[in-house]
Amino acid sequence: MLSHVIRRLFEAMLILLGITIVTYMLLYLFPADPVRQIAGRSATPETVNNIRHQLGLDLPVYEQYWRYLTSLLQGDFGRSYIQKTEVAQLIWSRLPASLLLMVAAISVELFLGLTMGVISAVKRNSSVDNSLMVVSFVGVSAPQFVVGILLLYVFAVQLGWFPIGGYGDAKHLVLPALTLGLLGSGWYARMMRSSMLNVLEQDFIRTARAKGVSKFRVILRHAVPNALLPIIAMIGIDIGIFMSGIVVVESVFGWPGIGQLAWQAIQRVDIPIIMGVTLVAACSIVIGNFLADIIALFVDPRIKLK
Amino acid sequence: MYVIKALLSRKLSALGLFIISAIILAAIFAPLITPYPPELQLFEGLTLEGAPLPPNTQFWLGTDLLGRDLFSRLVYGAQTSLIIGVIANGAAITIGTIVGIIAGFYRGIVGAILMRFTDLMMAFPALLLAIVLAAIFTPSLWIVAMVIAMVNWVQVARVIYSETVSLAERDFIVAERSLGASHFRILLKHIAPHLIYSTIVFGTLGISTTVLLEATLSFLGVGVQPPTPSWGNIIFENQTYFATAPWLVFLPGLGIVSLALGFNLVGDALREILDPTMKGKH
Repeated sequence: MLSHVIRRLFEAMLILLGITIVTYMLLYLFPADPVRQIAGRSATPETVNNIRHQLGLDLPVYEQYWRYLTSLLQGDFGRSYIQKTEVAQLIWSRLPASLLLMVAAISVELFLGLTMGVISAVKRNSSVDNSLMVVSFVGVSAPQFVVGILLLYVFAVQLGWFPIGGYGDAKHLVLPALTLGLLGSGWYARMMRSSMLNVLEQDFIRTARAKGVSKFRVILRHAVPNALLPIIAMIGIDIGIFMSGIVVVESVFGWPGIGQLAWQAIQRVDIPIIMGVTLVAACSIVIGNFLADIIALFVDPRIKLK
Repeated sequence: MYVIKALLSRKLSALGLFIISAIILAAIFAPLITPYPPELQLFEGLTLEGAPLPPNTQFWLGTDLLGRDLFSRLVYGAQTSLIIGVIANGAAITIGTIVGIIAGFYRGIVGAILMRFTDLMMAFPALLLAIVLAAIFTPSLWIVAMVIAMVNWVQVARVIYSETVSLAERDFIVAERSLGASHFRILLKHIAPHLIYSTIVFGTLGISTTVLLEATLSFLGVGVQPPTPSWGNIIFENQTYFATAPWLVFLPGLGIVSLALGFNLVGDALREILDPTMKGKH
């Protein structure tokens, strides 16, 4: 078990290293010359060369990468060209808002999605099942920005129940969390349904029923916990989808998280910020998957036997 | 024929097929069914104060901020979505299948390197990676399609890889190998045909993902560039007016949802129809 954890940890570290290589390559590919952007248009060739030298951009690629990697490890993500602030500081100050949104959205999608999935599986092939599956299909087919604007239109503009956007109290959180949560729940509903159907076919469920355990109890105590196991791995994958989602949803709702930071940076072609957010997002995906793997190992003893 | 019949016999996939055909027909016959050119700014398309017109008898779906006919723009936008959907997804499936087959059939160092690279690409959030790529290469229709392909091949590669691995161990492949068949022959004659069904299913479901990603990129301003209409960039151009001119946001939104839903419904049904082990289940 410990060896499995160590092996997974090692793999995660390798992927993290790979991520830095890919982000560095992408950074290197950018056609915009950062030196020109910093120096401005009227700079003399000497100033340009000076800045290039200061930034280490006249070194060979592998040395530049090494400098990039060592400064990353010291928490230095570089400086924004336009805002002239440390990228790490910008991301750090925006992170709490994104995490708050993530916790709220994942709670919404787990609650809605799992409930829908369980009901669908239990009432399999009924009209309830069919309608829930149609709803979940619409959920996986709708883009976040359309649903976000729709919720804004109905609940903020027409009904006036919630603010049009921004950050502050719980009311501000409802619509962005619902947008991400409603769409994500379609995905969980489909996964939970098929996972439940697999479990319900198994012998121990029939045994429990034969012993005279009530149907309700069989579903809640015997089927659901087992059906949840594959869902744990889904949450790890979901963090990746979430990281894409916040760029859109935070920009629609003016939510001051790292997604909005990335979106503003896109508008101004502020490359260090875009790369910083991409790096943070990729790292959280790796960490999320790693944690999901380890949690599954503790919760499901069958994995140890494999 | 059998597949089409099976698709039509299920309510949901028949609905999906209907939506897809309607949108494809509209896109093909766009010049015939649209009353105005999509980029034409009409004087009578705006009120005297310069506001866009809501749906009316002259402009069926209303006009946009520049007085262009929304219906015409939506129909041409369908062309954009479908072209990108087919090209980007075709490229993603091709790259994913080649990587998956090579890694799964040859295993060893080549396979390990390819699959570790696939794992690595999976760790990047698709949208952010696409945004970075779109920022590196100035977006045109082709570039947007290629960017999406570069992001979307990963899932295909994973599935094709695991299917190839399990196929390569089957007895008939082992027999073929011991008869002295070349690698190329085994791949082409015995492995590829078994992968066709998964490719078809992924090809259909993938178009839905592609349509959504294109719409999102265009909505963020890094996808298809105006004045070329795309459902995503129509919303991008008009989003600030969603409270006063909601049709400009929700009608293109409806287009995106319908097209993605259509391909999802058909793809999901195909998965069941083409997979004999799923018969009678679900």
